[in-house]
Amino acid sequence: MDRRLMCGSHVIGEAATRAGCRFYAGYPITPQNELPEYMSKRFAKMDDAIFIQAESELAAINMVMGASMAGVRAMTSSSSPGISLKQEGISYIAGMELPAVIVNIMRGGPGLGNIAPSQQDYFQATRGGGHGGYRTIVLAPCSGQEMVTLTMKAFDLADAYRTPVLVLGDGLMGQMMEPVTFPDPIDPAATLPQKDWVLDGAGGRDSRLIASLILDPIDMEQHNWKLAGKYKAICESETRHESYLLDDAVLAVVAFGTAARIAKGAVNRVRKAGLKVGLFRPISLWPFPEKELKALSSTIKHLLVFEMNLGQMVEDVKISVGEQATVDFHGRPGGIISTPHEIAGEITKLIYRYDTG
Amino acid sequence: MTITKTIFSGFGGQGVLVMGYVLATSGMHDDKHVTFLPSYGAEVRGGTANCTVTVSDEPIASPVASFPDFAVLMNTPSLVKFEEGIKAGGIVFLNSDLVELKPKRRDIQVVSIPINSIAERVGNVRSANMVMIGAFIQKTGLVSLKSVIRSVKSIFETKGSKVHKMNTLAIEQGSAFVK
Amino acid sequence: MAKQVFKRPEALKENTTHYCPGCGHGIIHRLIAEVIDELGIRDKTVGVPPAGCAVLAYNYIDVDMGEAPHGRAIAVATGIKRTRPDLVVFTYQGDGDIAAIGTAEAIHAASRGERLSVIFVNNGVYGMTGGQMAPTTLLGQTTTTTPGGRLPLRDGFPLDLSQMLAVAGGSVYIERTTVTSPKNIIRTKKAIKKAFQVQMDGLGFALVEILSQCPINWKLSPVAACRWVEEEVVKSYPLGVIKDAREKSN
Repeated sequence: MDRRLMCGSHVIGEAATRAGCRFYAGYPITPQNELPEYMSKRFAKMDDAIFIQAESELAAINMVMGASMAGVRAMTSSSSPGISLKQEGISYIAGMELPAVIVNIMRGGPGLGNIAPSQQDYFQATRGGGHGGYRTIVLAPCSGQEMVTLTMKAFDLADAYRTPVLVLGDGLMGQMMEPVTFPDPIDPAATLPQKDWVLDGAGGRDSRLIASLILDPIDMEQHNWKLAGKYKAICESETRHESYLLDDAVLAVVAFGTAARIAKGAVNRVRKAGLKVGLFRPISLWPFPEKELKALSSTIKHLLVFEMNLGQMVEDVKISVGEQATVDFHGRPGGIISTPHEIAGEITKLIYRYDTG
Repeated sequence: MTITKTIFSGFGGQGVLVMGYVLATSGMHDDKHVTFLPSYGAEVRGGTANCTVTVSDEPIASPVASFPDFAVLMNTPSLVKFEEGIKAGGIVFLNSDLVELKPKRRDIQVVSIPINSIAERVGNVRSANMVMIGAFIQKTGLVSLKSVIRSVKSIFETKGSKVHKMNTLAIEQGSAFVK
Repeated sequence: MAKQVFKRPEALKENTTHYCPGCGHGIIHRLIAEVIDELGIRDKTVGVPPAGCAVLAYNYIDVDMGEAPHGRAIAVATGIKRTRPDLVVFTYQGDGDIAAIGTAEAIHAASRGERLSVIFVNNGVYGMTGGQMAPTTLLGQTTTTTPGGRLPLRDGFPLDLSQMLAVAGGSVYIERTTVTSPKNIIRTKKAIKKAFQVQMDGLGFALVEILSQCPINWKLSPVAACRWVEEEVVKSYPLGVIKDAREKSN
């Protein structure tokens, strides 16, 4: 297999292209500029792909909305403040049941914050982010190779459920280069199922409408119940997680994305010192692997949640395990990248505190 | 040695990121786990530049180096910034044509190479970073010379055979200097 | 045998509109539908309605329609048109939609020469929300948010978006018309047809600004509202072709 050394943003761009993405609109913001740059270059060589540098994040997400209405696989990307601007559009996309892929290469916040790697948008990503009580599928890769698989998966999920899907990375994921391999590209025209709802002109059929405006509360409630049914189906079939060295563990670190990578290093370190510690890594942040984590807490009684924020996913962990396990939290907000050494220290402290060593 | 971290640092334009990219690509060709992490943001455009390359026999947890094993420092500010963090017993590679200070620490090994002078002799001062890569590989044995030549060839593919010849010569000269 | 001289256009649904008595939207909807019929493009036309009174335009105009957030119609239309250049895509936007919250989208689409036909209905107020000041409200005009009349250095001057768009390199055809009289309605229809034709010829961005009447929010009778357009509104927004670069684009 041909291995290539690529930065995460380029990996996402190439994976999207190979997944049949044929429309990208975006706006410059660090640390994800390499992604629009890649798309502009990649799409320039293709006859059937559109790249637009939009005048704003608002325009970009709405262009994606239009492209999706016209039936093509479409993507936009940004970093935290820009994703905030896109939220109105994401809400419409969810309400209109359109597929779309949105990439957030997170940075430190709140406000303009900084451009360092952070996980401070977990709440925004997993709670819908905009108005109206919708959800988005959220996939959080932790390596270049996983960016390939999850970006491609994002397009399949978006189409299958007709819903926006977020790929959630951070500055480190976006900038870091790792060797990756890609599967063969698909030919979207030949392989993807026909969409029977797209706007392509009312020829030989009744005219179609794609809208989220539903004035009658009875109808609007029905629409919400329909979305709820879809979200339930997603929760039942689309949770993803990784278990690492959990079989004999007395303590599990719970972390996602970059934090999980660092936590894995810490787990390896404390294992060498004889501590029975493993890692539970949610890959889908929504749906959250609640059942899997609950099952885990029947045998592992101590969890350490590590996030690059002030504590967001920790709430989902607590909801998942209830009183079945202790849940401690270690967080570094603002763009600080912890060392495996630092996390190993936190693990060791807990092992002594709970006297499980 | 299972996991090795190297920091490359210098002025923008000295080919610092290219050196890191060459090392990471070579490690990949040698079937190692590698990561390449550039410093990014406003400061990478024109000012100082640095990057961290990890080469490892096992999966890499963090691509960041708090305590690098090796540091390739192309100018004085880089030495000031990174000397303290280098792992005890580590090696610092200095561009002795430009770095005016001497490292203070006694627990690290210092390899000084007049890479600008050597590169000028080879034919172009712009291949100074290739001289440094040659010296670095010879001294550390972190990746194979064969992979380095292969990486450099593919990175500068569009520049033609003349540039490739000069780069190869620069790498060999750098390597010979520290043999 | 009786000869049929007037009928409902194919592209117009058989619904009664929800618009207020004397409102211009119904007329404009019909003109668009007639143009679609005459150009024979019903099977490849996609419309993007606005937020505002015409948000339900899809209940009347019988073509594929995709809704946009307030101000973003042109961005959504851009996404559709770029993906499917074979379609004919129009937006239908009020003055608040295109000249306040969606100004950036309008200017940049005009700058890029997006092959879109924009129907810009300017009635000088936010109609659906109850008659607040719009960017196009005349100086001195009373609205629910300019109770003593619009003051320029407090509320801003009336914004002539069409003139602004005419400056953009990619705009090809911009005309301002009104629907206050049969003569003006015929002119408006011609302008709409040109705007569609410009898109179909792949020339660039085309826009028709239609000065329309909002008798309810203006607190005038329908007849007086039409007179107000013809006597007062046109002073700030003169009728006529603002830009026609069709020859140059060819």
